[in-house]
Amino acid sequence: MLYAILCYDREDVTGAWSQEQEAVVMARLHAVEDKLANAGRLGPVARLLPTTAATTVRKGGDQLVIDGPFAETKEQLLGFFIIDCASLDQAIETAKELGRANGGEGAYELRPLLAYQPGTVRDLIVADSFSE
Amino acid sequence: MTDLAWIDAALTSSRPQAVGALLRWFRDLDTAEEAFQDACLRALRNWPLKGPPRDPAAWLIMVGRNAAIDQKRKGARQEPLPDEQLISNLEDAEADAAERLDGAGYRDDVLRLLFICCHPDLPATQQIPLALRVVSGLSVSQIARAFLVGEAAMEQRITRAKARIASAGVAFETPGPIERAERLGTVAAMIYLVFNEGYSAAGARRAARAPLCDEAIRLARLLLRLFQTEPEIMGLAALMLLQHARTPARFDALGAVVLLEDQDRRLWNGRMITEGLALIDKAMRHLQPGAYQVQAAIAALHVRAARAEDTDWTQIDRLYATLERFQPSPVVTLNRAVAVSKVRGPAEALAMIEPLGERLAGYFHFFGLKGALLDQLGRPEEARVCYDRAIALAATPAEAAHIRQHLDRLSGA
Repeated sequence: MLYAILCYDREDVTGAWSQEQEAVVMARLHAVEDKLANAGRLGPVARLLPTTAATTVRKGGDQLVIDGPFAETKEQLLGFFIIDCASLDQAIETAKELGRANGGEGAYELRPLLAYQPGTVRDLIVADSFSE
Repeated sequence: MTDLAWIDAALTSSRPQAVGALLRWFRDLDTAEEAFQDACLRALRNWPLKGPPRDPAAWLIMVGRNAAIDQKRKGARQEPLPDEQLISNLEDAEADAAERLDGAGYRDDVLRLLFICCHPDLPATQQIPLALRVVSGLSVSQIARAFLVGEAAMEQRITRAKARIASAGVAFETPGPIERAERLGTVAAMIYLVFNEGYSAAGARRAARAPLCDEAIRLARLLLRLFQTEPEIMGLAALMLLQHARTPARFDALGAVVLLEDQDRRLWNGRMITEGLALIDKAMRHLQPGAYQVQAAIAALHVRAARAEDTDWTQIDRLYATLERFQPSPVVTLNRAVAVSKVRGPAEALAMIEPLGERLAGYFHFFGLKGALLDQLGRPEEARVCYDRAIALAATPAEAAHIRQHLDRLSGA
């Protein structure tokens, strides 16, 4: 089953990381991702810009457009992994492994996928490539 | 990441909120800073053992407040408050404090803290160090290094600034909407000053001042989290991100200036560009243009061009015309003339800047541009006079070296 592993953390804290701290965390996460990729279990991975870059569109009615994230919370949704897991236990194991690599506080929310489309984005341009 | 690294980041990111709240309680900057310092020391002892609290800022505020009250009571009445070991177990108390902090009060606390650093009685040379010390928590020695002064001199400068604030008095009542907007504008200007202290540095100062750019961007993000719907704050953050993104390409290996059109665009920081473009897009939806948004839009046009020759100079010319209305200044007109020279040729650009000669008589870039325009118009003798003047006015060896290249080429021709 495919699981979305949603990463929540305090963006003000992760935003105060030094470049060295950031590099250490990313290198450790990449190592876990590599392992998952080699096992054929790694789907798309995304890291989101801070919620200050977010815009929220309300459905229905006037379809209000609001600056900022959908919910004001202490921890913010900072990114996600899509990972193939044989069981919930394996998903929990994987999240724990990511958590050890990332350190710090925050939480991972594990959400089994109901539907999945790999997408058709061409000439993908994002600031950071995860494949490197 | 190690626990200590996380704690360090948590203390840094909690600082504006915590010191801001403590300042509201104690109404004295030194007491607030000492209380925060005290709380940080306790956090370093306590968090590695008991695990960090869910809301570090709320914990630091409570512990800092108790420590300071305790300090004040010492000698008078020995009645110690519960220590932080107990407090971090009081989940309810922490949640309660966090709840209160999430209200509008917290927003005004941070804004007040930033605002007192831009007190009109303080010259910029004191505002910036004070903000870096009080809000960002940089050490005095770090700040002294950035400003190329001794540590003792910087300590004195900060102490003097604090004394001036204390004697001027600070408004602690919750500001009304108009006053809040004014504070926001003043604070935004101060943050951009911090950024420019870092961005305009060259040569040996560059390494020491580079952290100022990152710090200014962090402060702008902080402000934007508090005022999510302010297009000018989005514009300010975007402007700084888009400018700072070009930093890795702005100087060559020898430290000489590399002009925008000659920069290796692959060196630009993609992450900052992405965030900057996202923010300027958001800002422009509001249809409330301002000086930061216009400047960010100009910076966005530069980074959107894959090659220098792809730059949309027509649009940049238009944006500078808008900026001239928001922020009339000979320097803005000078910048516009660069765009005009690309769109309508050097003659028109020269005609545009010639009236500025008197006001920009001491400005390096005026003579650099005027020399270049005369050069393009095939008037080498007059160009040479301008280039000579520019070299005399150069603030850094890198600036002078850049102009000398033009002179050498003229001599060779």
